[in-house]
Amino acid sequence: MTILAFTVLIALGSLIAGFLGALTGLGGGVVIVPLLALVFGVDIRYAIGASLVSVIATSSGAAAAYVREGYSNIRIGMFLEIATTVGAIVGAMIATHVTTNAIGIIFGLVLLYSAFLSGRQQPDVPIDATPDRIAGALRLNGSYPVGTGMRAYTVHRVPLGFSLMFGAGTLSGLLGIGSGAIKVIAMDQAMGIPFKVSTTTSNFMIGVTAAASAGIYLSRGYIDPGIAMPVMLGVLGGSVLGARVLVRARTKWLRVIFSAAIVVLAVEMIYNGFSGKL
Amino acid sequence: MTHHSLDDRGIEVIIGNLLRAGVLIAATVVVAGAVIYLSHYALQPANFRVFRGEAAALRSLPAIAKGTLHLDGKSIIQFGLLLLIATPVARVIFSVIGFADERDHLYVGLTLIVLAVLLYSLIGSGVA
Repeated sequence: MTILAFTVLIALGSLIAGFLGALTGLGGGVVIVPLLALVFGVDIRYAIGASLVSVIATSSGAAAAYVREGYSNIRIGMFLEIATTVGAIVGAMIATHVTTNAIGIIFGLVLLYSAFLSGRQQPDVPIDATPDRIAGALRLNGSYPVGTGMRAYTVHRVPLGFSLMFGAGTLSGLLGIGSGAIKVIAMDQAMGIPFKVSTTTSNFMIGVTAAASAGIYLSRGYIDPGIAMPVMLGVLGGSVLGARVLVRARTKWLRVIFSAAIVVLAVEMIYNGFSGKL
Repeated sequence: MTHHSLDDRGIEVIIGNLLRAGVLIAATVVVAGAVIYLSHYALQPANFRVFRGEAAALRSLPAIAKGTLHLDGKSIIQFGLLLLIATPVARVIFSVIGFADERDHLYVGLTLIVLAVLLYSLIGSGVA
């Protein structure tokens, strides 16, 4: 295959990945690495480098669109970014000490776990739950628009959410993904934050988290311009389209479609990791 | 009339628009680099299966800036990617300013911690 054909095909694949990533609020990275590694046979280290760059593009590019809808909560995001950025640096450090096959297996397991959790029915947080004192002190509680006006919500289990965010950051730095799935889980399932607030707040956290490890990847030579270029441009185009559809889309079906797609990719990543093909 | 600072959402909309502008500039630089890159390499065989690691010229800001000034396609793409990596850093800096404007000392402090971690990573890794 010539470089021209390779570039065009990767850009097209990335466009679709970016579209799905924005729709689910989970970033394009979760699909980009398996796409590059499994379909295009790219070394997983280059795939991770390109993916990291693309999740930054998705996150920064769509920030304005999400903010205008009034769902995201900047205080929740900024507070939790302390955990995700430190985690991202730890993850990028770990990445140098494990083999590419091990990274592939971990990647597959994370995908499977994400699919399992996002496909599960989300438990409703009891309305009369006692407000978390830490959430109050940090002024994390907020409100978001519903059909008729604004609905207030309170934030719970802050230490658990913060710990999960450290884990999300570590996986982001290790696997080059935005870790959107885990960030959303930490917020909507652990901290009881409404799903739309969780996905949009996760979106802006993804860019800051990825930036914490992207520099480390670039300095190590994992970011190849020939791969990162079509991936970044494709994902960016797809995410712009996806962000326009998000507010109208039904979250229940998004989760079902997302889960089905990543299970397939996860199984193949794990298989290839164990058979030493990565 | 009393001084009334912008609320969170007002600040966020401005930051969001600035970030989008940053991404557009980064993407434009990447496209310009891509045109030069493809004009040299379009018909060569693609081989990204084997990991070699990038040359030192594509791994740090000073080296990338030097290549960009010589209109090297790969360096220009890499420079655009560095601009992109800088956008979340800019968003955190803008947030510090936004929280300072609201006199929200707690969040100025928390946001400065995030900024310190980002700068530690970029400077510590030798990129910037």
